[in-house]
Amino acid sequence: MLRLIARRLALLIPTLFGLSILLFLWVRALPGGPARALLGERATDAAIAEINELYGFNRPLHEQYARYLGQLLQGNFGTSLTTRRPVLEEFSNRFPATLELTIWAILIAIVLGIGLGYLAARKHGSVLDSLAVVVSLLGVTVPVFFLAFILKYVFAVRLGWFASTGRQSSDIDATHYTNLYVLDGVLTGELDAAWDAILHLALPAIALASIPLAIIARMTRASVIEVQTSDYVRTAIAKGLRPTRVRNRVLLRNALLPVSTTIGLQVGLLLSGAVLTETVFSFPGIGGFLASAIYSADYPVLQGFIIIIAVVYALVNLAVDISYGLIDPRLRTR
Amino acid sequence: MNADVPEAPIGGGTESTPGTAALLQVRDLEVTFTTDAGPTVAVSGVSFDIHRGQTVAVVGESGSGKSTIAAAVLGLLPGNGRVTAGTVTLREQRLDTMSARRLQPLRGTVLGLVPQDPMTNLNPTATIGRQLIETLEDTGTASGAQAREAATELLTEAGIGQAQERLRAYPHQFSGGMRQRTLIAIGLSASPELLVADEPTSALDVTVQKVVLDRMEALTAARGTAVMLITHDLGLAAERASHVLVMYRGRLVESGPALELLTHPRHEYTKRLLAAAPSLASRRIQIAKQAGAEGAVEGADLLSATDGRDQHVTDAGAAPLIRVQNLRKVFPGAQRGLFGREPDVVAVDDVSFDMHRGSTVAIVGESGSGKSTVARMLLQLLEPTSGQVLLEGEPVQARSQREEIAFRRRVQPVFQDPYSSLDPLFTVFRTIEEPLRAHPFGSPKERAARVYELLDQVALPQSMARRYPAELSGGQRQRVAIARALALQPEIVVCDEAVSALDVIVQSQILHLLADLQERLGLTYLFISHDLAVVRQIADHTCVMEQGRIVEQGPTDVVFDSPAEAYTQRLLAAIPGRDLELAVPGS
Repeated sequence: MLRLIARRLALLIPTLFGLSILLFLWVRALPGGPARALLGERATDAAIAEINELYGFNRPLHEQYARYLGQLLQGNFGTSLTTRRPVLEEFSNRFPATLELTIWAILIAIVLGIGLGYLAARKHGSVLDSLAVVVSLLGVTVPVFFLAFILKYVFAVRLGWFASTGRQSSDIDATHYTNLYVLDGVLTGELDAAWDAILHLALPAIALASIPLAIIARMTRASVIEVQTSDYVRTAIAKGLRPTRVRNRVLLRNALLPVSTTIGLQVGLLLSGAVLTETVFSFPGIGGFLASAIYSADYPVLQGFIIIIAVVYALVNLAVDISYGLIDPRLRTR
Repeated sequence: MNADVPEAPIGGGTESTPGTAALLQVRDLEVTFTTDAGPTVAVSGVSFDIHRGQTVAVVGESGSGKSTIAAAVLGLLPGNGRVTAGTVTLREQRLDTMSARRLQPLRGTVLGLVPQDPMTNLNPTATIGRQLIETLEDTGTASGAQAREAATELLTEAGIGQAQERLRAYPHQFSGGMRQRTLIAIGLSASPELLVADEPTSALDVTVQKVVLDRMEALTAARGTAVMLITHDLGLAAERASHVLVMYRGRLVESGPALELLTHPRHEYTKRLLAAAPSLASRRIQIAKQAGAEGAVEGADLLSATDGRDQHVTDAGAAPLIRVQNLRKVFPGAQRGLFGREPDVVAVDDVSFDMHRGSTVAIVGESGSGKSTVARMLLQLLEPTSGQVLLEGEPVQARSQREEIAFRRRVQPVFQDPYSSLDPLFTVFRTIEEPLRAHPFGSPKERAARVYELLDQVALPQSMARRYPAELSGGQRQRVAIARALALQPEIVVCDEAVSALDVIVQSQILHLLADLQERLGLTYLFISHDLAVVRQIADHTCVMEQGRIVEQGPTDVVFDSPAEAYTQRLLAAIPGRDLELAVPGS
C-alpha cells in the first residue's frame, strides 16, 4: 500500500512538469503576446515594450521558462495582474470556501444518491422506482446554472428560507480557524454562525450536487439490482442470516463497490464544476475568481490555479484509489 | 425449535421407510414463472418424499426444472416465480405458504443449502471465517470465541488444512474445490435436517469432485442429515443416492431406488438418458460408410459396441499428418513489487505426440493440466517456448501473413462455450459465411450454396440460416460452430472441450455428428476434454496430461482398460457411477 502511494506521488512529478510547460507555452502563444493580452487591444507599442522589459517577455523562451519554473519550485506562483496580490495568497483565501462547498455537495450527493438508488432498486418496478429514474434523468439533463437560478429565485428570493448570495451574513462576527465556516462555527461554539453558514451553503451545494447525485443514484440502483439477484446474496439468505445482516454486510457492501468508483470520479469533476454555481450565488470561492481572471486575462492567476487544481485533483484520485483497496479485498496486493 | 411436532405417517413418493413420516413431502407441485411472453409453467405435478437421513437425487438436463424444485423447497424462487399449485411440507409445516419472516429461522437449522457454483456463491468482500461465523451466530449455533473455534472445526471437517489461518483468507484466494468445501461447511454449520445440494460439484474436476462428495457424504451420514441432491449426472446420482427422481420438461417421469432405475428403466426418456450417458463401458463410435447426416442426429441407434480394438486407426505406419515435438510453454511469473517476481509457470513440458490422417487424438486432463495450452500452440494462437509442430513434416511456425492464412485454412478450432463463441449480432448464415469471406471464396451465390451445404452436413435445416444465436439451443449453436469450422474444408479440427457444456443427450448427438463428419470428410481431430468417458467414445489415441506433462499415452482402449500410470488409474476411479455400470447389463 505504501509502495503504491509512493509510486503514485512519483508519477505526479512528470505530470506537473509537462503541465507547467504547456501552461508556459499557452500564455506565450496568446495573440500579440502576454503584454498585449495584459494591456488590451488599443495599447501603444511603447507601453507594450515597457511591459515586455519589466516582465522579461523579450528574453529567449528557454530563459523565461527556467525563471518561471524556478519561481514555481519556490512556491512563487506570480502576482495577480488585477489585484496585485500573490496568486498563492489569492488561492488560499478562496480555496476553503470552494472546498467547503464541494464537501457539502458531495455529502448531499452520496447520502441522497445512494439512498434514492437503494430504495428504487429494492422497490424495482414500482412507482418509487420510476420516480427515482425520472429524478436522476432530470438531475443529469437540467443545466446546473439553470437549476441554481431556480433554486435561488424560489427558495431565497420568494420564500426567503435561505440566503441568496455570499458565505456569511454581514451581521455575523465569527472566529475562523479552518475557514470552513460550518466547522468553525461548531468548533468555537458559535452555533448561530454555523447555522448562518449552512443557510448560505445549502442552495449552492444542492445545485452543485445535482449531477453527481443523479449519477450516483443511477449507479446505485443498477448495482443493487444486480447484486440482489446474485448467487451469494441468495446463499446468504439460504444459510439463515438475519435480514439486516444480509442487507448491510452482503448486499450494500458489494453493491457500493462500483458506486465508490463513480464517487471518486465525481469529486474531481465537482472542483471544476463549482465555477458556475459560485458565480450564480456570488459565492466567494475560487470559481468566481477564476471566471473573472479569464475575462481580464489574468494569466498568472490562471496558470497558478490550474497547477494547484491539478495537484489537488491528483491527490483526490490517489485517496480514492487507496479507498478502493480498503473496500475491495480483491484489489489489495497479496 | 419446532422439534417435537407430532409425526403423521404419509405414504407415497419414494416409499423407502414405511411407517415413519417423511421429513419432506412434495405433493403435485406446480411452479409458474411470469415472463414477458406470459406465464410459463416450469414444473408441474411433481410429488415425492424425502425421509430422515435419506439421500434422494433429482436428475435431469438443463431446463428440466430440477433446480426450480430445489428453489421452491427452499422458498428461494426468483421474483417472477411462484408456487401455483400443490404443497411443500417439511416436518408438518407448509413451506410454500410460509412468509419469508417465518421461514428465516428455519434456514440453516432445518433447511440447508449447498449451492451450485463455487465461484459465485461466496461473498467476495468478506473473509471465509466471517462467512462461517456469521452463519453460526445468526442461526444461534455458536457465538464469540466459540463460533471461531466451531468455524475452524467445520473447515477442517470439510477437508481444508490449516483452517485456523485460512479463516482470514478471502474467497478469491481459494481454489474452486476449496470454495466448494467452504460452501459445504457453511451449509452444514447449523446441522440442518434437510440439505439441498444443487449440483454441488459440477464445476469441479473429477478427482476433486470425488473427494468433495465423499466428504459431504461422510458429514451428512454422521449428522443423520437428509440430502436432496440435484444433478445432471446419472452415474453420480446412482452412486450417491438411494432414490433417484428423473425430471424431464418440468415433469417427474420416473422415480425409484437407484439401482433398479438404472437396471430397469421404464420411461422412454430415462432409457435415452442411460443410452446417451458416456461411460467407461462405451466404445469408439463407429459410423457406417453410408450413414447420412440425418442418421447422425438419431443418436443412440448408431452407438454400437464393438469388441475389436482400434478398428478405426488407419495406417499407423504412415507418416503422421501432424507431429508435435517436445512442446514446452513457460509463462513468466507475475510481477511482485518493484523487482520481485513470482516463479515462472511451466504450463506445458516436453509434450510429443503424432496425429494420423483421419483419426482422433484426445488429450485428457484436469483443469490446469496444460491441455488447452497445447491446443492453442497447435492452433498457432500461442507461441511455444521451445519445441515445434510439424504439419506433413514442415514446421508450421508461420513467418508471414500469407503462410499463416494458408495454415488457418487447414486447421480450424471448435471451442467449448457455444454461448460466447458465436457473435450474437450475426445470423447463422453470416456466422458460417464469415470465414468464406475472410479467405475469399467464390461469388456470393457460391458462398450461399456452400453455407447451405454446410448446414446440411451438420444436420441443421436451411431455415436456421436466418436465425440469431440467441434463438438457438446449446446443441444447435455447437452445430453452427462446427459448420463454421468446416467452411474452409480444413484437414484438422481442434475441438477444445467442444461438448463439455452440453447435456448428455445433445452431447451424444454432437459426438456422433463429429464421428460421422470424420468418416465422410476424412477429418483429423485433436480432441481436448476433461471427461474420460467422452474421450473413450471419440478417440483412437489418448494422451493423459498432468501438470503440463503427458504421463501416459497410447491406443484409447489400452489406456482405459489397462492404465499403467497411477494418475490415470486415479482419474478412472474417480468417474462417478463406475462400479454401478458394471452391474448394469447391456451397457
